[in-house]
Amino acid sequence: MSAFRQSVEAMIPSLRRYARALARDADIADDLVQDTLVRALRSERLFLGGDVRSWLYTILTNLNKNRRRSLARRPQFMPLLENNPDASGTEAEGRDIARALATLVEEQRAVLLLVMLEGLSYREVADIQGVPIGTVMSRLARARAHVKAVLEGERPALRRVK
Amino acid sequence: MFPILAVLEVCRCRRANLFEPTTDNEEQVETTNMTDPKIPVTEDELHAYVDNELPGERRGDVEVWLAAHPEDAERVQSWRTMAEALHARYDAVANEPVPKRLEIEQLERQPRRWIYGTIAATLLAFVAGGGAGWIAHGAAVSPSLFKSFTVDALDAHRLYVVEVRHPVEVPGDERAHLQAWLTKRCGWDVHAPELDATGLKLVGGRLLPGPTGPASFLMYESASGERFTIYTAKASAETTQMRYATQDNDGALFWADNGVGYVVSGSSNRDRLTEVARLVYDQAEKSGG
Repeated sequence: MSAFRQSVEAMIPSLRRYARALARDADIADDLVQDTLVRALRSERLFLGGDVRSWLYTILTNLNKNRRRSLARRPQFMPLLENNPDASGTEAEGRDIARALATLVEEQRAVLLLVMLEGLSYREVADIQGVPIGTVMSRLARARAHVKAVLEGERPALRRVK
Repeated sequence: MFPILAVLEVCRCRRANLFEPTTDNEEQVETTNMTDPKIPVTEDELHAYVDNELPGERRGDVEVWLAAHPEDAERVQSWRTMAEALHARYDAVANEPVPKRLEIEQLERQPRRWIYGTIAATLLAFVAGGGAGWIAHGAAVSPSLFKSFTVDALDAHRLYVVEVRHPVEVPGDERAHLQAWLTKRCGWDVHAPELDATGLKLVGGRLLPGPTGPASFLMYESASGERFTIYTAKASAETTQMRYATQDNDGALFWADNGVGYVVSGSSNRDRLTEVARLVYDQAEKSGG
């Protein structure tokens, strides 16, 4: 297997984690990862060096954006995961953080997850989203304030968007 | 709300020269006026501090600042707790074994997963929506032909599942022969999927007349005697989404993939049926037929 393929393969667990938190449904998340990998493998010759990791996160983030755009034109499906009734200890906390994530605007959720869960730098996230670093930082600040408010049981100050 | 926005506005003004200096290409925060601890720590710097984006020389200032400003310290702590909660919730996903369909070799061999997305979404709607009858949207197939096809399959299902002595022509222990024979007669790759994960074992299969030619019919059985059948015939559409049909006590999920129509019939329990259909779909995808 080529070095390129190996570095793609090594990223699969992290991509799955990111996709799961981003899409909040296990099947959709793995669909996103699969699409990401297929695209990456197909574009191997187009990849002219650089950071495979950022590139894969970029593809996945964009695919999710497209997916949500096409979903917006169709009736909304209910995610299966969120009506799990048993809640205790860390499981309940986990559901809380998932619910808080669900109330974020798409771009803010992506920034929050890329920085806090995947450990990417502000610069990398700015490249992934194609925006200046300042925008990444304001998205991150808003996302953190919002999630904090939701976790503390306040009514979200921002309306739930899209 | 308003005070927070105000703070962010202030921060944004500062940010312009903190993080995106126009005079040089360095991405680091300028430090000329920042090593002085008397310069107040901004919200941006608090974030940068938590995310290890702050230059080392300013970190000490932030720590001094946090010791003197409990509200900021509490905020910083809450962000750390948030990160821990994210990891607690999602790290397990990264530690799971990678599913087969995401293995690199799989993807290189069969990069036609795009169908799966629609089917997965339909399954999701199907299970979550709880709607019986037909779930159809956006599929380019004449419903009447497909419907009759499914009725044929359900009829065959009901005819043979009650059969004790002769439910099949070729028994499941001759799997390779069964597959080769049906493939030859039908003209597409007939693969008997492994459904052990759902507790079902292959009983065997038979050839049936289908709407436009031969059809293959495979029967599976659980230890408790529950039977499922998989009917495949040439479909008029290349691919369709997965749909549900029900008749009396039997349910069927059907779809077309690669020009072949599949009907999985069995229990009218939708979750159970979905579980089985999903395995059938996954394996048809892998075997390429």
